[in-house]
Amino acid sequence: MGDRAEMAVFWIFTVPLIAASLGVVVTKNPITAAMSLVGAFFCLAGIYVLLTAHLVAFLQILVYAGAIMVLFLFVIMLLALQEEILGVSRIKVMQGFGALGCVGVFAVIYRAILATGPRMMPQVGEDYGTVKAVGRILFTQYLLPFEATSLLLLVAIVGAVVVAKQRI
Amino acid sequence: MSALPTPAPARTKTPRLAAIVSVTAAIALPLGLFCVILFATPLLQPALLDGFIRERLHRDPATWYWRDGVYTVALLVLAFVFANFAAIFSGILSWWERRVAGRIQSRIGPNRAGVGGFLVWIADAVKLILKEDLVPAEADQMLFRAAPYFVMVGFILTFVVLPFGESIAVSDMNVGLFFITSITALVVVGILLSGWSSNSKWALFGGMRSAAQVVSYEIPAGLAIMVPVLMAGTLSMQGIIRAQGGLPWQWFIFRNPAAFALFFIFFTSQLAEANRTPFDLPEAESELVAGYLSEYSGFRFALFFLVEWGNLWTMSAIAVTIFLGGWQIPFVPNELYAQLKGTGFPPLAWWGLEAASMLVFAAKTMVLVNVVVWLRWTLPRIRVDQMMSLCWKYLVPVSFACFLFTLLWQIAVAAVPALETAMGVGLTAVSVVLAVLFARQTHRNITAIGDRVDLSNW
Amino acid sequence: MEKLIMRRVHQGGEEMILNFGPQHPSTHGVINFLVETDGEVLRRAVPDVGYLHRSIEKIAETIGYPQFMPYTDRIDYVSAMMANEGWATAIEKMLKVEVPRRAQYLRAIACELCRMASHLVSVGTMATDIGATTPLVHGIRERESINDLLEALCGARLTYNYHRIGGVAFDLPAGWSDKALKFLDHFEKLLGEWDRLISFNEIYVKRLANVAVITREQAINYGLVGPNLRGSGVSFDCRRDAPYGAYADFDFEIPVGKGFRGAVGDAFDRYYVRVLELRESARIVRQALAKMPEGDIMAKVPRKVKPEAGEVLSRVESARGEMGYYVVSDGTDKPYRVHVRTGSFLAMGIIEDLSPGLMVADLVALIASLDVVAPEIDR
Repeated sequence: MGDRAEMAVFWIFTVPLIAASLGVVVTKNPITAAMSLVGAFFCLAGIYVLLTAHLVAFLQILVYAGAIMVLFLFVIMLLALQEEILGVSRIKVMQGFGALGCVGVFAVIYRAILATGPRMMPQVGEDYGTVKAVGRILFTQYLLPFEATSLLLLVAIVGAVVVAKQRI
Repeated sequence: MSALPTPAPARTKTPRLAAIVSVTAAIALPLGLFCVILFATPLLQPALLDGFIRERLHRDPATWYWRDGVYTVALLVLAFVFANFAAIFSGILSWWERRVAGRIQSRIGPNRAGVGGFLVWIADAVKLILKEDLVPAEADQMLFRAAPYFVMVGFILTFVVLPFGESIAVSDMNVGLFFITSITALVVVGILLSGWSSNSKWALFGGMRSAAQVVSYEIPAGLAIMVPVLMAGTLSMQGIIRAQGGLPWQWFIFRNPAAFALFFIFFTSQLAEANRTPFDLPEAESELVAGYLSEYSGFRFALFFLVEWGNLWTMSAIAVTIFLGGWQIPFVPNELYAQLKGTGFPPLAWWGLEAASMLVFAAKTMVLVNVVVWLRWTLPRIRVDQMMSLCWKYLVPVSFACFLFTLLWQIAVAAVPALETAMGVGLTAVSVVLAVLFARQTHRNITAIGDRVDLSNW
Repeated sequence: MEKLIMRRVHQGGEEMILNFGPQHPSTHGVINFLVETDGEVLRRAVPDVGYLHRSIEKIAETIGYPQFMPYTDRIDYVSAMMANEGWATAIEKMLKVEVPRRAQYLRAIACELCRMASHLVSVGTMATDIGATTPLVHGIRERESINDLLEALCGARLTYNYHRIGGVAFDLPAGWSDKALKFLDHFEKLLGEWDRLISFNEIYVKRLANVAVITREQAINYGLVGPNLRGSGVSFDCRRDAPYGAYADFDFEIPVGKGFRGAVGDAFDRYYVRVLELRESARIVRQALAKMPEGDIMAKVPRKVKPEAGEVLSRVESARGEMGYYVVSDGTDKPYRVHVRTGSFLAMGIIEDLSPGLMVADLVALIASLDVVAPEIDR
C-alpha cells in the first residue's frame, strides 16, 4: 500500500478514534460511554491492522469489544445506575486532577515523539505479525511474563468464584 | 404424516407474467449472485489488478499515482457484491425456510407471490421498508437506532474471509478464523444494545439472555475451532481447506475422533450463537413476546431478520470450511489450480474448476443450512438454566478434553501417518451406517401409520 | 395484588415487576399475570383475571331457558359441546325429562369428538409454548377433520349449539358414521406419531418433568378438576364417578398421572394425561357408534320451559374438567340465578402458590399444562 493510501486509512481510523475516546469521557450516559469505547476499540484495531499486526488487532476486538465490553454493558444494565448517583460523585477537584493528568501524559508522549524525530516506517518481514511469529516470541522470549499473566488470570478466576460463592 | 384425503381445493392459476418473473428470479438471482462472486473475487485481487494496470493502462503499478484509487474502487465493488449477496441470499433463504417449514408442518407455506411464493421475500422486504420506523418514546433514541447496524456490520464483515471457492474469497487473511470469531462479537453488542435501549422489560430480558448465551457458547465454539487449526497448522480459512481433501475420509471431521465429537459441539454452539432453535431463548416468542426485537418495527426489524437468515449461510459455511472439507473436489489435488492458473488472465479450464469448487462448497453448505432449518421446526426450546448448564457442564469440558486429545493425536499421527487415513475410512463407514439406520427408522415410522414417502406437492 | 401494583409504582430492590399479559402470546387469551421476578427466577406470579368477563351468568337471568343454549357455547368455545351438555342436563333435571337413548348416544359422540378437538388444541399449544411450533399445526390439522365431522353433524365448527333441552338438534347425517370411523382409524394411528414427534422429545421432557409439581393433596385442596386433578394421580372423572347421559354404557379407562417422566403431578403428567385421554375418547366414540340405538332424538318438552321453583346442580366432565351448572328457578320462564363452575377458574387459583422459584419459561409451561381458557375463567 502506498504511503498516501496508508495516511488516508490512518486518518479514517484516527478521527473517529479520537471522537469515540472523547465520547467515553464526555458523555453522561454510561451505556453511550461504553458504546463509544467499543467504537474506539474498533478504530484502534484498524490502526493495528495498518501496522500489519493482524493478530493483535483481532485479539483486541475479541477480548475487549467482544467479551469485556459485553460484561461491562451487562453490569451497567443490571445495576441501572441512576443519573443523580453518578452526578454526585463528579467532584470538581477530581475533574481538575484528571485534566492535569491528561496534560501530563500528553506532555510525556509529545516529548517522546520529539525525541525520536522524523523517521520513516521500518520495513517489516513477510512473517511479521502473523500468529506463528507472535506465538514464537511469546513462547520463547516472553515465556515467563506469559506464564505469570496466566497465573494471575487463574487467581482472578478463583477469586471471582470465591466471591460469587458467598452470595449463593 | 398426511391428513385425511380431502378434495383438493380448486387451484387458481398464477398469472403468466408473475410466473415468468418468479421463475426467472428463482433461477437467475442465486445463479447470478454466485457468478458475480465467481468472476469478481479473483479478478479484483491485487495481483490481477496490477496486471490490468500494466497491460491495459500501460502504467507501472508500483509508481502510478492512481493505483490506490483502483484498489479502492475494486474493494468497494467487492464490498457491494458481498453485501448484496448477504442481503439477497438471506432473503431467498427466508423463503426457503418457510417452504421447508410448510412441508414439515404439513401445510403449504408461502404460495401467493409468484410461483411457489418465491417473491414473498421481496414483498416482505418492501412491506417492512414501507412500515413506520417506530422509536418508543422512552427509548434511548440514538442507541435504539444504532443497534441494528452493529448487528448488520458484525454479520456482513464475516464475508471478508468467508471462502466460496478455491481462490474465491475476498481476503485470505492469516488470522481468518480468528477474524470471524472476533467480528461476530459485534452482533452480541448490537443485540445487547437493542435490548437495553428499547426501554422494555421483555427486550431487556431478551438482550441479557442473548449476551449470556453468546458469550458462554463462544468458549466451546472457540475450543472446537482450535482442533481444525491444530490439524491444519494455520488459522487461514483457505489454508484449513487446503489441508483437507475432497473425499470424506480426508475431511477433518472423520480424520480424528475428537474432531468428530467437536463438529457436533461446534454446530450446537453455532446454533446458540445464531439464536436458532433450540437456543432461540433471546427472542422466545412464547416467553418474552419477541425478546430484544419487541420494540423494533419496519426497516430496523428487517435488518435483524436479515442477519438471522444470513447467519444460516455463514454458520454453515464456517462449519463446512473447518470440518467438512470446504470446496475440495474429490480427486483434484491442490496443485492443479495453480498449474492451470498460470500468470496473467486465467484460462477457461481454471474458471471451470473454480466454478466446480464453488458448487461443491455451496452444495455442502446448503445441506447444513437445511439441517439447521429442520432442527428449528422440530425441536422445542430449552430453558435458560439448561442452556447454561449444557454449555458449562458438558460442552466446555468435553471440548477441552477433545482439544487435549487432539494434541496427543497429532503427535501419534506424526509418528504413524496411516492412523489418520484408517480413522478417516472407519469413521466415514460408521457415519454411513448411522445414516442408513436413521433413514430406515424414518421410513419405518412413516409406513407404521399407513403413510408413504410423498415428495410431490411442492 | 394491590400491594404488587403499588410496588410496581415504587420500584426498588432487586425484583422486577413484569406485566405478563393481557396481550402475551402464551397466556391463551386475555389474562394478566403480575410477575415479580429476580432475574429469570419468579418470586411470585399473581393472576389478574376478568378481562374477558361478559356477565354470561347475568344474561341467563334475563332470557329464557332454551335461549341461553347459544350463550353456553361462549363460556368455553374450545369445548363448547360439553358446556351445551351441562346446561341441557341441568334443565332436564329440573323438568324431570327423560332424554331418549339415541339422543344420549349422539351427545356422547359429539362431546367426545369435541373433547378430542379441545385436547388437541391443548397439547398443541403446550408444545408451542415450550417452543416447538410444528406439533400445534399437526394437532390443528386433525382438529380440522373433527370440525368437519361436527359441522356435518350440527352445522357449526366452533360454537355448536347442538344440544336442546330434552335431546339434540339433529340426527346423524347419512354416511356420517362411516366418515367418523375412517377418521378414528386414521387418528388412532397418529397418536404413536404424536409421541415420537413431541411427547418423548428429550428437550420437551426436560422442560416439563418435575416442573410445577402439584401433589395429590394440593390438587384436592385447591379443587382442581379434570386432567389437572388426574395428572396429580387422583382418579376422578364425572363420566365414571357421577355418570350422566350414556356414559354408563361405555367401557373406557380414566388415565391418571403416574409420574411418567418425573414426579407425580408435574407438568408432564398433566400434559400426558391429555394425550392418553385422546385415545380413550376415540374408544368411546367407536363404542357409541357401534351400539347406537334407534329412536327419537328429542323428548317431549313443553314449548315454554317453565320449571318448578327450586334449585338444581348438574355436573358434566368438560375437557377442562368437571363443569357445574347451578340453576335456581323461581317458577317463571327465566332462571332466578345461574352459576357456572369451570375448571379453568379453579386452575388459576393454584398458580400463585406454585410460582415461587419457577423460571419465566416454567410459568409458561405451568399455564399451558393447566390448560386454561380465558373465556371460561371469566365467563
